[in-house]
Amino acid sequence: MIATLVVVAILVTGASGLMAVAFHRRPALGQALACAAMCLGALAGVVAAVAALLAPAAPELALPWSAPGGAFALRVDGLAAFFLFPVLIVPALGSLYGVGYFPQARLGAKAIRLQLFFGLITGSMALVVVAANAILFLAAWEVMALAGFFLVLTEHQERDAQRAAFVYLAAAHAGNLALFAMFALLGRMAGSYDFSAMAGLAAAGGAATAVVALALCGFGMKAGILPLHFWLPGAHSSAPSHVSALMSGVMLKIGVYGLLRVAGFFRAPPAAWGTAMLVLGGVSAVLGVAFALAQHDVKRLLAYHSVENIGIIAMGMGLALLGRARGDAALVFLGFAAAVLHTVNHATFKSLLFLGAGAVIHATGTRDLDHLGGLSRAMPRTAALFLVGAAAICGLPPLNGFASEWLVYLASLRTVFDVGAAPHPHIAAVAAPVLALVGGLAAACFVKVFGTIFLGHPRSHHAQHAHEASASMLAPMLVLAVVCAAIGLFPAALLPALARAAAGWSGLPLEGLGRSAAEAGNSAWRVSAVAAALIVVGLAVALLRRRLLRRPQPGAETWGCGFARPTARMQYTGSSVAGMLVGSFRWAFFPHTKVVAPHGVFPHRSMYSTYVPDTALERGIVPALSWLAQLAARARSRFLGAVQFQALLLVSGLVALLLWLAFGGVQ
Amino acid sequence: MRHLVALVAFLAFLLLSPLLLGVVNRVKAVFAGRTGAPLLQPYRDLRRLLGKQAVYSRTTTWVFRAGPVVGLAAVVAAGLLMSFGGAPALLPFPGDFILFAYLLGLGRFFTALAALDTGSSFEGMGAAREVTFASFAEPALFLCLVVLVRATGSMSLSGMLRAELPEIWHTQGPALLLAAVALLVVALAENARIPVDDPNTHLELTMIHEVMVLDHSGPDLAFIQYGASLKLFLFGALVVRLALGFPFSSTWWSLLAFLGGMALFAVVLGTIESTTARLRLIRVPQLLVAASIMGAFALVLILR
Amino acid sequence: MALWTGFVFVLVVGLDLVVLASSRLRGAIRTVAFQGAVMSALPLLLASEHHQTVHVLALALGALVVKGVVIPGMMLWAMREAAIRRELEPIVGFVPSMVLGAVGVALAFTYSGSLPLPIHARHTLLVPSALSTVWTGLILVMTRRKAVAQVLGFLVVENGIFVFGLLLSDFMPFMVEAGVLLDLLAAIFVMGIVIFHINREFASLDTRRLTSLRD
Repeated sequence: MIATLVVVAILVTGASGLMAVAFHRRPALGQALACAAMCLGALAGVVAAVAALLAPAAPELALPWSAPGGAFALRVDGLAAFFLFPVLIVPALGSLYGVGYFPQARLGAKAIRLQLFFGLITGSMALVVVAANAILFLAAWEVMALAGFFLVLTEHQERDAQRAAFVYLAAAHAGNLALFAMFALLGRMAGSYDFSAMAGLAAAGGAATAVVALALCGFGMKAGILPLHFWLPGAHSSAPSHVSALMSGVMLKIGVYGLLRVAGFFRAPPAAWGTAMLVLGGVSAVLGVAFALAQHDVKRLLAYHSVENIGIIAMGMGLALLGRARGDAALVFLGFAAAVLHTVNHATFKSLLFLGAGAVIHATGTRDLDHLGGLSRAMPRTAALFLVGAAAICGLPPLNGFASEWLVYLASLRTVFDVGAAPHPHIAAVAAPVLALVGGLAAACFVKVFGTIFLGHPRSHHAQHAHEASASMLAPMLVLAVVCAAIGLFPAALLPALARAAAGWSGLPLEGLGRSAAEAGNSAWRVSAVAAALIVVGLAVALLRRRLLRRPQPGAETWGCGFARPTARMQYTGSSVAGMLVGSFRWAFFPHTKVVAPHGVFPHRSMYSTYVPDTALERGIVPALSWLAQLAARARSRFLGAVQFQALLLVSGLVALLLWLAFGGVQ
Repeated sequence: MRHLVALVAFLAFLLLSPLLLGVVNRVKAVFAGRTGAPLLQPYRDLRRLLGKQAVYSRTTTWVFRAGPVVGLAAVVAAGLLMSFGGAPALLPFPGDFILFAYLLGLGRFFTALAALDTGSSFEGMGAAREVTFASFAEPALFLCLVVLVRATGSMSLSGMLRAELPEIWHTQGPALLLAAVALLVVALAENARIPVDDPNTHLELTMIHEVMVLDHSGPDLAFIQYGASLKLFLFGALVVRLALGFPFSSTWWSLLAFLGGMALFAVVLGTIESTTARLRLIRVPQLLVAASIMGAFALVLILR
Repeated sequence: MALWTGFVFVLVVGLDLVVLASSRLRGAIRTVAFQGAVMSALPLLLASEHHQTVHVLALALGALVVKGVVIPGMMLWAMREAAIRRELEPIVGFVPSMVLGAVGVALAFTYSGSLPLPIHARHTLLVPSALSTVWTGLILVMTRRKAVAQVLGFLVVENGIFVFGLLLSDFMPFMVEAGVLLDLLAAIFVMGIVIFHINREFASLDTRRLTSLRD
């Protein structure tokens, strides 16, 4: 019954875009119906997920399907249920946002295409999360990747979008190749392609290491773990904002889900896997936020912050794997809960931030931070909601970002104590200071972002003529902000469900996990108490201030140290705020700088602009692939005509395969 | 009984923090050959500011008015987690030092935003410097706290700073000494004292914290100054308890000894401020990286 | 007793990191002098029963005089004579060389327990501090531009070898004195620098000719 409800949710959301196509002569109605279908499907799915979390055993469903080796098998266990929440809720809110941001009445065919693929990607993501068979998983994964490509290409006439979509497609398919190889290996190890057969595999031996390495390549590419993140900034900045919210908030998490699922197949993973994941996560987190500091395109900046948060999630996963290596139930619970809770949290606040950024872009027409400013006067509600998202992503109490980062800290501190069969690798204790560094840098970055966009004076004519976002754009942001606050104020409520999900994932008994969940829950209730005290003291101080300043207070200009006429261009820009920190990280960046220096006593107009491209893409992937392309071009030109040569290659390959199969080959 | 001591300690924290600033200023005056302001001058300053009007820049919005409120509330909430003089905190729990550090970060975030709200390049500069140096100071703080976690086996501030700390010095002395020195450097950086920042001047060259609050006036400025003294008391409590843990069996004697230690901390702070020069701005990250390295060295020593 | 020895070892390593961070040559020289003085207390602290007290005392005093006073004094005199000023930005940068030093210290402290030493160390922190100090000196020699700073690095390597030599002093009683004498090699380097500078400036080594200069 629960699984059937999930299937219904998948179908309804997947087909919601068809409403827009069917009613293309009445665009407003079509879009509203598509949005309603998404919301209904999301509601069904969320109800099913909550029921699955409360059910004693994981609901399953099997339908007949004629794919060879494949079966239409679904399983909604704790892990899948937790991932269903962001997968369904964020796109539903996004489609509501799209009614105001990307109206079909004004944009016609583009909007129809967008809604079609929006629904398709939601349905396929939900199917990936509940699939219990490798072939079904891969099929849904392909649909998701292709739908993502078309979504990035919504504004297909822009060169940036074309390039970003191409890079995205190439990266996604390279990752898919790795996944195909990985599932082939897993199928061989387990004897069947069903996930239920793959549970409890032995983690020793080359095959297991190969599986994990391929999983890191394939799922890591989708999740955006450094250095496989290079497609992220372009794709997320070129797509429309609610699509960016979906990609950043949800699609990256599907990669995380895949990593968790594959890691859950193995019975006793070695500590090296956990350490490797922890190190990769730490590097992603630090470099992700460093690159974010250097950007001045607000959507690229937010995309790099996704890399940072995926790094934090990977750190949690690594700590959970370390716990499984040593049989430490508390560490497993803390790491797993941190990873899954941060997934849900990041989906909420990242979507909130992208939707807010979309509202700003919609109102001003520019994505460049240094052309904005003072928007909190024209867009007060958007500013307030964006502030909630910014405080949440920095991990500031009492919002949800703090709750999940706190769990990562607790997990990392657990490794300082020698527990279990053998002591933990003490290097894991360094995760705590690294996370502190990441938190400090993220706070610096969001002071820069919020301060440059919403505070001060408008820096250009774009920002001077802004208008507040419409209700359909504000409502989803409000819902997400409320969720951020709710999870942040009451983190203890989710811990028992997370303990059950962890028991299902790790195979450890529920008692040990439940005990550490109870301990963490006690501490979490104290966190809520301190948060309540914070709010009470804040209100008391505010009331005192109001009593002291009852009469209206005089206004004046900002103290400008004697400048007779300060202009808006004299303000600190975003690049200035981040300047010193970007300087500390100059060993990682290769900025393109264009300078027209001022000459003479009364100089003409001069100009300074910098742009920090992605190092992995510009210095690693593109040169390497250009070199390969040159080699290929040289190989091609030797022979007559491209088509004949390729046909020759094809035929020789087929003949070789047939010969191999005939004389030996596969037993 | 323990709760009563905790409550009294918290009240002492709320009431005696401006006195700490008074002692620091007195020591600096003595070094300069002056008589200096009376010890209770900060209290008089606060009372004066609370009675004044406030002038608000026309560029500012509600963020500017919320900054001091959130900053003060965050520091007071952090005080609920700190253990003063070996007495337990009012709301201790395992992992509370993380919430402590992040509450201070919340205060800093809103103060920096309030600074950017004025649309002036001075406040922008102060905010930029403040968040930059905070990012370097956070890892150092956490490294020292992780050293304490491992040394005492407890994940709560009240457990780390409890009465048995002097015994731990006998076995893990070098590591704790390094952690204490690193914490002192972090305390200097986070509270904007010399050699990181000069709390006395409002000149562009020396400004970090002072310039961030340049446009605040009246009760807002009173909240900010009071919050700064509270923050200094918190960091001082950490350093003093770590360095001078008095093994008194009675909790009341411990608290009194702690208050004496805080006065000593204020004298030491005044001495450092009078005898050192402010560092060049580009050397401040080097100082904080050095503090992190000291903390990392202490961690390596204690994990052996 | 072991605790105070531990404090001394940690102080020695801490002074290593301070030297890596100093941009002023005079301050760095004074730090190395202080390090040498602190190190001279180690033979006294680590002395076991079957050592003659006079021998140990003489060793400590000799190390104090040579490492703490004579060699640094000569270097400061050389800097005055040759008018060498502060260090330029080193090849690797101050913060990266500090971080490099810290990484070496961390590795030394973590893995020195697994080194196959034939002699049992009298204090657990002896071998790691020695290795860290040698590593710091090598970083100084590799990354600094000025010759005086490189000589300073050599002195730091000397200090590290001195500490390591304390491991062996039971078996080879004059080993450590030989280490102290190596400092004389540093003194020769310093003299060489001064001579080179004077020679280059005035095309003559005869300092009496300096008095015939007019403004």
